[in-house]
Amino acid sequence: MPLSWILLILAVIGTIAFLMARSRAIATVDGDARRLHSLPIYYGLNGALMALTPALGLLAIWLLVQPILLDRSILADLPAGAVPDGGTAALVMSDVRRVADGIDSGISSGSFTRDELRDLSVEDVGGLLASEGTALGSALTGEVLTAATSYWQARSSLSWIMTIAVIGLALIGGAWAVSRSRGEFRARNVVERGVLILMIAAASIAILTTLGIVLSLLFETANFFRQYSWTEFFFSTTWSPSFSGRGGASQLGILPLLWGTLYISTIALIVAVPIGLFAAIYLSEYAGKKFRSVAKPLIEILAGIPTIVYGLFALITVGPFLRDAFASPLGLGNSASSVMTAGLVMGIMLIPFVSSLSDDIINAVPQAMRDGSLGLGATKSETIRQVIVPAALPGIVGAVLLAASRAIGETMIVVLGAGAAARLDLNPFEAMTTVTVKIVSQLTGDTDFASPETLVAFALGLTLFVITLGLNVLALFIVRKYREQYE
Amino acid sequence: MTDATANTAPAGAGQGSLLIKDSRTAKRNGAEGRFKMYGLIAVCIGIAMLILLLTSILTSGLSAFWQTTIQIEVTLPEEKLDKSGVRDPEVMAKVTTFGYAPLLRDGLEATIAANGIETELSAKDAAELISDESVAQLRNRVLRNPDLIGQTVSVEVMASGRIDGFYKGRVTYASAERDTNISPAQLQLAEALEDKGLLNTSFNWLFLTAPDASDTRPEAAGLGVAILGSLYMMLIVLVLALPIGVAASVYLEEFAPQNRWTDLVEVNISNLAAVPSIVFGILGLAIFINFAGLPQSAPIVGGLVLTLMTLPTIIIATRAALKSVPPSIRDAALGLGASRMQSVFHHVLPLAMPGILTGTILGLAQALGETAPLLLIGMVAFVREYPEAPWEGGLFDPATALPVQVFNWTQRSDPAFVERASGAIIVLLVFLLLMNLTAIFLRRRFERRW
Repeated sequence: MPLSWILLILAVIGTIAFLMARSRAIATVDGDARRLHSLPIYYGLNGALMALTPALGLLAIWLLVQPILLDRSILADLPAGAVPDGGTAALVMSDVRRVADGIDSGISSGSFTRDELRDLSVEDVGGLLASEGTALGSALTGEVLTAATSYWQARSSLSWIMTIAVIGLALIGGAWAVSRSRGEFRARNVVERGVLILMIAAASIAILTTLGIVLSLLFETANFFRQYSWTEFFFSTTWSPSFSGRGGASQLGILPLLWGTLYISTIALIVAVPIGLFAAIYLSEYAGKKFRSVAKPLIEILAGIPTIVYGLFALITVGPFLRDAFASPLGLGNSASSVMTAGLVMGIMLIPFVSSLSDDIINAVPQAMRDGSLGLGATKSETIRQVIVPAALPGIVGAVLLAASRAIGETMIVVLGAGAAARLDLNPFEAMTTVTVKIVSQLTGDTDFASPETLVAFALGLTLFVITLGLNVLALFIVRKYREQYE
Repeated sequence: MTDATANTAPAGAGQGSLLIKDSRTAKRNGAEGRFKMYGLIAVCIGIAMLILLLTSILTSGLSAFWQTTIQIEVTLPEEKLDKSGVRDPEVMAKVTTFGYAPLLRDGLEATIAANGIETELSAKDAAELISDESVAQLRNRVLRNPDLIGQTVSVEVMASGRIDGFYKGRVTYASAERDTNISPAQLQLAEALEDKGLLNTSFNWLFLTAPDASDTRPEAAGLGVAILGSLYMMLIVLVLALPIGVAASVYLEEFAPQNRWTDLVEVNISNLAAVPSIVFGILGLAIFINFAGLPQSAPIVGGLVLTLMTLPTIIIATRAALKSVPPSIRDAALGLGASRMQSVFHHVLPLAMPGILTGTILGLAQALGETAPLLLIGMVAFVREYPEAPWEGGLFDPATALPVQVFNWTQRSDPAFVERASGAIIVLLVFLLLMNLTAIFLRRRFERRW
């Protein structure tokens, strides 16, 4: 039974439980709602909550766990010869799954019935799959077909068990809530506690997400370091992955990638910090109300533009311009994608980020400090340079650190603007590459989660996560420390 | 002391008339002027960059919304398209596009002859003016309406990418000399057709509705699947992130006790807001695809990843909105005997709703433009099939997304795809503009200040 039907049935059960629980509660007090402990709607809500929450929870867990257990048991039953040389169990499993899907659609389209399934030969199923355009990783073998048949049978019977279990649980929960639905039952307290638990669960998703990120990164990184030495990864200066199947050892040194990342981020910050800071100072200290109300939103539009737009801007406008105007005439190379291109465009992206953060911080400096400085005869610029900026310095440093973390984690601009060649070079008009670019290139297309060339992306991701997390924590620490001075 | 200071003060400084500027005052005023100028320049650079960015995208992308078409008369002979004569689309589907291609070629030749245009091109070379995609379009049209067979119909076919580029200034006679895909003679033929009014440029609806096309047919590439995929993902983000985000913020803002656990959640949320988006892509790949076994390229995975990514944004905005509701509202409700839950759900939450919706829309806008995590979960695949409707399992069908389609097109060699990519960005920016305008409208119209 498809998922949408189960959900629909659950919704119906929930509605019925709501109506029944409410009317029963009212009936127990002879229709006089004033004698109920809670408002009638709470009895109804209690019925619906009891019917739906456990059933939906079971459904979610079942859907998550079933494929894992099923895969494991089918793999265990697979005869030793079923995995061909050079192939992996995962590839065989995905073939098994595809054949099972083929059987599914074969039955639903009426090509054969359940009873005929036992007698189907390898050729029959192969022809059926080919006619539907399903491509298998390797030629269909008898073992795979047997495994697929038992997989298909287990899957269809499990899906029936799941349907019955989920709907049964919903019915039991609903019936229990209805039976408890009497006038003296404290329905509001129960419902409110249930809602509170749901809200706590929602708040915990943030922790689960972080946990998921950290665990998935750590787990795969550990896999990677089992196949590749960590000293090579952190200290080698060459990045040249060989693609699996072509032979030859890969050299996966992170240093050229880190160098490209830092070089591009530095250029971005050199562009963004002065412009952003001066813009913030001008807008908060000098600009008239009218000018401010026009210019500030305009600059903030830059922050709302998706990074892919900046990437395309780098690719079609900035890159060719820099190449024709500077790189080629100066003899510094003729590549449109370069550190300079990516750095400049990323700098533009960061301007509103720096300026709006600094703006907040400058506005938080107490007016008394400005007045004091102006009263002593300082000009406005002297006040800003010698009083406001020093007072706001920790906040500004925090803003710059946050901008740096943004720059390091930025992906689309560097994918489109910086190029893909990993090199350690000083020439800013040369194409270089970053950590994020390599994560994208190692994880898109055909990936094999047993080879170090794919797994290295997780190690790169972990490095990136640790660096940006460190910068964020440092920035928050500095900003918090600064805030205490004036409150 | 005072005397001593007065005596040691340097002569000249601060002792002249207030009406005459001394050199030091002039210097300080100069510094003031320069400082102010730097600020103004910085603001102007920011605005200039915005204008430059937008004009660069607009100039290279607007032309994607126009398409050159050629009007030709095509005869649809029965003996070639439907030998059985029963007009059954299932039987007629056996004639592949190879059966239709000669018809268009003959049709173009006949049209050229009928209009008295002279060309030295062979029928085969002349047919290169027509996009390969038009053959499939003609076939679909005939299959939908079998009665057309046996008639001579007037069809508007798409011109090939190079001819289209010629009318958009991308291809010139000089570049055609060096191009193996187009010759100057073909361009002359196109101009001759234009003189007869057979070659026109019209609004390109297919760009918004058609699916992606292969490398060699940039003229046929459209955004249909990408827009649908983005829409599905926005739907998932809205359905999941709004309730979860609101529930989490209500708990943290109104109910959470001050303890370690709450602190941990708060630190987590502020850190998640600053985690690079690509890390969420790695999470999606590892958890949703490798561990939970969800299909690659599916909107459901993209939607889940984007939900996790936008949750912190929505939570931060919702908490700010809840904070801005004055405590007196809560106190009044509690004083009248409402429970805490009732005071929040009956009074605080409705008053905070405009702020929450504004924050949600901004979170959705951020999710709509996000590219990097979607690349990792396989949404960069070439998809020509529209996904099914959401209630028919379409959330699990392969699809692409608008920003990913942009990236996909930038990776192709034909320069016509740059135009398509910029056009797709214009579509994306229009969507973002609409969302932001809605958010501004909500804020202006409903936000209350206490």
